Amino acid sequence: MRIGVFICHCGSNIAATVDCPSVAATALTYPDVVFSTDTMYACSEPGQDAIIQAVKEKNLDGVVVASCSPRMHEPTFRRAVERAGLNRYMFEMANIREHVSWIGKTKDLNTGKAAELVRMAVEKLRRDRPLLAKRFETTKRVLVIGGGVAGIQAALDCADGGLEVIMVEREQSIGGKMAKLDKTFPTVDCSSCVLGPKMVDVAQNPNITLYACSEIESVGGYVGNFQVTIRKKATYVDWNKCTGCGLCTEKCPSRKHPDTFNENLCNAPSINIPFPQAIPKKAAINPETCLMLTKGKCGLCAKVCPTKCIDFEQKDELINVDVGAVVVATGYDLFDWHKYPQYGEGRYPDVITSLQYERLLSASGPTGGHIKRPSDGKEPKNVVFIQCVGSRDKSVGRPYCSGFCCMYTAKQTILTKDHLPDSQSYVFYMDIRSPGKMYDEFVRRAMEEYGAQYVRGRVSMIYPKDDKLIVRGADTLIGTQVEVPADLVVLAVGVEAAHGAVQLGEKLRVAPDQYGFFVESHPKLKPVETNTAGVFLAGACQGPKDIPASVGQGSAAAAKALVLLSKKELESDPAVSRVNPARCVGCGKCAQTCPFGAIKMVEDRFGNPKAEVIDTVCQGCGICTVTCPQGAIQLEHFTDNQILAEVNALCPPKILANCE
Amino acid sequence: MQIFDLATADLDFIAEVEARSHQNVKNCYQCGNCTAGCPYNFAYDYSVSQIMRLIQTGQKEAVLKSRSLWLCGSCQSCTTRCPNNIDVATIMDVCRHMAREQGYATERNVKLFSDAFLHSVEKHGRAYELGLMTEYMTRSGRVFTDVDLAPTVLMRGKLPFKPHPIQGREQVTRIFERFRKGGINE
Amino acid sequence: MNKIAYYPGCSGQGTSEEYDRSSRAICKALGIDLVDIPDWSCCGSTPAHTVNHVLSAALSARNLALVEGMGLDTVTTPCPSCLTNLRTAAHKMENPEFRAKVNALLDVPCTKTIEAQSVLQILTENVDMTLIKSRVVKPLTGIKIACYYGCIMNRPPELMRFDHHENPMAMDNIMTALGAEVVPYPLKVECCGASFGIARGDIVARLSGKLLDAGRRLGADAFVTACPLCQMNLDMRQGQINDALHENFKIPVFYYTQLLGYALGLDRADLGFEKLCVDPRLALGRIKQPAQAS
Repeated sequence: MRIGVFICHCGSNIAATVDCPSVAATALTYPDVVFSTDTMYACSEPGQDAIIQAVKEKNLDGVVVASCSPRMHEPTFRRAVERAGLNRYMFEMANIREHVSWIGKTKDLNTGKAAELVRMAVEKLRRDRPLLAKRFETTKRVLVIGGGVAGIQAALDCADGGLEVIMVEREQSIGGKMAKLDKTFPTVDCSSCVLGPKMVDVAQNPNITLYACSEIESVGGYVGNFQVTIRKKATYVDWNKCTGCGLCTEKCPSRKHPDTFNENLCNAPSINIPFPQAIPKKAAINPETCLMLTKGKCGLCAKVCPTKCIDFEQKDELINVDVGAVVVATGYDLFDWHKYPQYGEGRYPDVITSLQYERLLSASGPTGGHIKRPSDGKEPKNVVFIQCVGSRDKSVGRPYCSGFCCMYTAKQTILTKDHLPDSQSYVFYMDIRSPGKMYDEFVRRAMEEYGAQYVRGRVSMIYPKDDKLIVRGADTLIGTQVEVPADLVVLAVGVEAAHGAVQLGEKLRVAPDQYGFFVESHPKLKPVETNTAGVFLAGACQGPKDIPASVGQGSAAAAKALVLLSKKELESDPAVSRVNPARCVGCGKCAQTCPFGAIKMVEDRFGNPKAEVIDTVCQGCGICTVTCPQGAIQLEHFTDNQILAEVNALCPPKILANCE
Repeated sequence: MQIFDLATADLDFIAEVEARSHQNVKNCYQCGNCTAGCPYNFAYDYSVSQIMRLIQTGQKEAVLKSRSLWLCGSCQSCTTRCPNNIDVATIMDVCRHMAREQGYATERNVKLFSDAFLHSVEKHGRAYELGLMTEYMTRSGRVFTDVDLAPTVLMRGKLPFKPHPIQGREQVTRIFERFRKGGINE
Repeated sequence: MNKIAYYPGCSGQGTSEEYDRSSRAICKALGIDLVDIPDWSCCGSTPAHTVNHVLSAALSARNLALVEGMGLDTVTTPCPSCLTNLRTAAHKMENPEFRAKVNALLDVPCTKTIEAQSVLQILTENVDMTLIKSRVVKPLTGIKIACYYGCIMNRPPELMRFDHHENPMAMDNIMTALGAEVVPYPLKVECCGASFGIARGDIVARLSGKLLDAGRRLGADAFVTACPLCQMNLDMRQGQINDALHENFKIPVFYYTQLLGYALGLDRADLGFEKLCVDPRLALGRIKQPAQAS
């Protein structure tokens, strides 16, 4: 075999703490290495050309590049060796940046370690063999999980691009958090006016099938061919017949239950349509409060319904669909501000969340768009906004910035002044984060034109005094304590991962970060991809995001799904497990441990049970190879022999013998 | 107003405050929550968050001279509500220790009261309220402190005329003696 | 119930003698077996920890060592300031290095970790509220009470581990069980001015004045408190506060143990109402007699 080795400087990233020419010289002494050099940037165009040229000139049949993590550039170099005429699997990468230069400061030690890593790569490469990818067809259908603005955008773009879309929404209507907002920053245009038509488009688009009140039960399969089971929860209303006339909701006698769409500011009947623009506009029964379902008597809704669509016997329904790609757009939830007992833990009715305030501002909200404080319905004069409630706060386990609270608070001060010209807003803030287009100008407008009094400091406590709430904070710019007698306090509650996100992530094999947000494939270059091929992210499920960013990601995820499914066939990675039937005893342990269901048991022509790998399902994780008691399954490109050769390269058997 | 030279930060001072309080003052992001909750803020020269900032910038002299150190009531509001879990009250305590050790006492009467209290404990093993009041009044020269309360207090027998010396008072005295010999910084 | 070592604290022999007396009386009545620590000494209170943490811990640890010598593992005290010192010392001495520094100052080393709890905590956690209710002979019906806990009974929560650090309820629950009307007092954990009464009376006037004002706004007939220093600032200094703020507060400030003892029908001699500076008779007069109440 003729191997070429390329030691990358990565500018000064590697070269500053690794003697690259020396590593290249050492590599030349390794078996089968016929060419070795160092290069400034192996991944650059001249860097890749040099590799191709060397393959051709030196007649190489294998290449090792020692540079950065294979996560980013293994595909780059595989394509390069392919252009040089080699099989892409005749390439190995040694990570001497993340594993060496970035973590060690001593040049001698680093240089030695880099040389050892190269040696391991060379030994593995000597045992590599060309592998060829298989091709398979895909299902031209996309699953969008979550019907907020990010999911809606993704669904509409996919549908416009000609794909079938299945949209699954946990709530009774799509629209997500945006449907609850009054106006949006920085344009102060009406949220439901811009979102409403998009929601209608979802309902009207023939390519989109919407399942509301539904959740993902299970996900199987692999990129291009996922099998999904959807649980459509019982609504006790036949939605094929329901016209959304609302007669049932008017007549329902059981109506003292918190209205979750209105953030519990008012009550809702047990059979309800959450808001006038709901999509689908269908009634659903809350089984926990419905008198018929809990006590067995009432049934008034069934009596008044003109289309006879009430069905108290309805059960959950499981629906199976095949899709080629998945867009996850499950959004966020609000931080539970009761973790700040100094803000009253709910004892003071006039301390509300920012989203509750949106409902008070909204014309379709419980007060018809009049700002009335919950305790006595009076119009407030002094409105205090407290920022960073559950953001940038280690003590409540939320050290991250929620990103858009600064902006919506500025918007709310503007709207407050519009609604109540005699009012005065006070905003307690730590820093103002307004980096978007026209964002900082918007915040300045809140201060300069609308007179919002911005106070730089946190609030340590709120307590009632007569009919006011005393907000005691700091003005760190003055350098002392300040108090505001408030009529209404609005908490800019932070963003956290949607409840249930972690469990959904398990089904989709998408990892959550430590706060429950889904992890993207690369923080800069693969922002909407995940490490599971064919599953894409959109919106706040990946981290706090405002509307423009969520919409942008919705479109980006749709583009990724369209690109993926525009190909007639996909290639499977040939680095999968392979069974040696001669050694397999048919015990079936591999099939039991495979997390992907990629191993099926078959019979050979003598009727003996044998394991068989389904190439397109196998993800190459290697669990089966360590499970097999016979060593009958080997993972291609990572065989036992290859791994042992790497180990031996690092700890030669001779030295092991000396140790004994 | 005083002008601080940031380039002459006393790094040893920062390190000493951190070591003696077991806190990382760099964790403070100056949100002001400690100041916001501090009941004593109105009497301070520097607010608590400013003390934290002065420590971060190594302004030893300004911190140890601050009257605020002596006026902190150790009520724990700052520590309890700090979003960065900093034990601010302990930092105030430690700065007061350092101020005392280095001869600063910008609230003299507060220091005299503490001294009188501890003398009483050293002598009797327990605090003898009437005795420590007498010592405080003598040393501070504020002989009329709380005399208005005398009739009420004496009539109700709230202040016994004699101390309650304990058998082990010499053990307590020895605690103080060993402490003074030991030169303990904590 | 197991025996618990009892640490009265210095003020229990002077300015808060009635707190000590009534605490002992209610514990006896409710079956809590207190054993006095023989020859206990002062914990050093606030002055000690403002001078040095090892000195402060040593003054407390002498007493913890005495509890250890009694063969007990729990000590209780009515006074939150003593409690804080005892708990802080025990907590810090979990670090062997710190323990060695403390023991170097002591004649008799403290080797065990002794749990210190307030009498209020013992009452709340070891005595069934239904027992207290069942023993009430004179319900406090008719009186409106503001429960004031002071700043360090529950703070910092990581150290004190009792009740709630912003809205404690232990005394509220007891007073409610006794039949009193408890007002939603918002400043339960605000500081009264602590030990600055002598050196900086102006500070106490301002802080305690604010507390009294908040109670008056809510129509409270009386305060109950669990801290000798709080009680002294609010009660004994109420006249000084009135002078400083041009006010006319006249709100009695009880120890919760006094009203609890009253409701349980304990001997008035054990409750020490006569020690209170603001005359409590008007407030006590609001309590309806059992016949009236029913």
